[in-house]
Amino acid sequence: MEDAGFIIGGYVLTFITVSFMSWRVLRAGKRLGKQVPDADKYWL
Amino acid sequence: MTTTDPTLSPTGPVGDRRSSGAGTGTRGTRIIGIATIVAMGWLVAFGLGFSPEDRDQRESVRLLYVHVPTIWIAYLAFIVTAIASVMYFFGKKKSLGWDRLAGASAEIGTAFVAVTLVIGAMWGRLTWGVFWQWDARLTTTALLFVTYIGYLAVRRLGGTHEQRARRSAVIGMLAVLEIPLVHWSVRLWRSLHQEATVLGTDGDVSMDGLMLFSLFIGVIAFSLLYVWLVMHRTRVMAMEDLLDDRDLDEALAARHAEAEPVVAAGNEEGTA
Amino acid sequence: MNTLQIARLVAAKDLRIEWNSRVFVNQVLPFAGVTMVIFAFALDADSVLQRVAPGLVWLATLFSLLVLVQRAFAVETADGALDALRVAGVDPRAIYLGKAAALGVQLLVLEAVLLFAAVVLYGQTIPAGGWVLLVTTLISATCGLAAVGTLYGGLAAGFTGRETLLPLLTFPAVAPVLIGATRAVEAALGTAGAVVSDGWPWVGLLAVFAVAFGVGGALAFGPLIDE
Repeated sequence: MEDAGFIIGGYVLTFITVSFMSWRVLRAGKRLGKQVPDADKYWL
Repeated sequence: MTTTDPTLSPTGPVGDRRSSGAGTGTRGTRIIGIATIVAMGWLVAFGLGFSPEDRDQRESVRLLYVHVPTIWIAYLAFIVTAIASVMYFFGKKKSLGWDRLAGASAEIGTAFVAVTLVIGAMWGRLTWGVFWQWDARLTTTALLFVTYIGYLAVRRLGGTHEQRARRSAVIGMLAVLEIPLVHWSVRLWRSLHQEATVLGTDGDVSMDGLMLFSLFIGVIAFSLLYVWLVMHRTRVMAMEDLLDDRDLDEALAARHAEAEPVVAAGNEEGTA
Repeated sequence: MNTLQIARLVAAKDLRIEWNSRVFVNQVLPFAGVTMVIFAFALDADSVLQRVAPGLVWLATLFSLLVLVQRAFAVETADGALDALRVAGVDPRAIYLGKAAALGVQLLVLEAVLLFAAVVLYGQTIPAGGWVLLVTTLISATCGLAAVGTLYGGLAAGFTGRETLLPLLTFPAVAPVLIGATRAVEAALGTAGAVVSDGWPWVGLLAVFAVAFGVGGALAFGPLIDE
């Protein structure tokens, strides 16, 4: 595949971004989840 | 007085204050999360592998399977922000849940636009030879990005949650006014510049069946990702708001506690 | 007292403050003039300057808009004047229209001065047939700029760390005005082969923009400044 560098690089960049966003939101969820009583968590 | 009877949940004066340490995950998010990963896997397989190269764009068309879904989902995200802003602003109850949805959706939409612009620049480099062109679509997308950066900045101005919600709702609704105006003016502007072959950034090329399918997979994958991210982010924001309120309550309570002995002493002296 | 009367009072107040303090004449106009001069330093060639002169006029206007808006709201927040007006029950739409009108007047003066500067510094000429288009452009663009500036100025005013929010919110919002006003002035001046008739669609866009933000701004101003 020609231009493979750009194309694969584009996909990699996207997945790094997406993974980073996901990791950040999950980590915040865990951290705050320890401090907030379960009764206040409307999703449980 | 404690009991080990599992059918009774111990409650204090303000309800059960224990935390199991549970995060924002639920069965729903786990299902959507797994579906997202599967869809992303398919996107990579088809986007990078099974789909053919394009007649004109050759391999660079593969970037469109990411570039196009991200901008479409970003638009969806901003529409959700606008609707949630309306629901908050004109609703009787002024439920902050709408505000948090508006904010979370805007954050994710903005991030997706950033991805759109970067991937689009790479596509442009391969197709046009330049990272950027001032064509109508790219220009509008760049302005869209900056507009919502402004929205996110307004959310961070501080104050009470209600103030944040009110300001953001207004800015969110104004953005819906701004975007069409920007779009028309930029379109009219760039149409003066007679672009001969405007290869539209969403691939105005006749799409082979497999290419269309890859694009479709991309849309599904990023839609699922959007939903998953919004669910988690709104829950995190709910917890942040709760903790803010709790800190505020505790600070107020501490302030009252400081004041009381002085008041009591003053009363004693007054009645002596 | 109806809204328009209150708006007129607010506008007159703002303009009187400006007239008495002379900030507009002593600081804002010179700032705009200096901007026009340093454009010439950056854009070395005369031919380039002549070609982009209309754009430079509007760029200088936009930069000065930021200064004018911050000034317009600095007088309000200095002694809590705006809050006092609101607490007294003054209709925020009237405040908005009044402040926008005062801002618009200052902008018009500024733009006229900048056009004159462009004639002198960038070798521009205004053909006889272009005057109507030129004046109409100035008025419609100014209405749009004043509407957006007053709206976001209200939000960005007062607290430290908020002033830098003003350009971030304002510039994307006034992009259509920058595009339309520049094209229309190019048509009025005959820049790069444009003819006057080319400019009128842009004036139409500017008018739509002014109405949209005028109405939207008047409605949004109250909720935005109520803290």
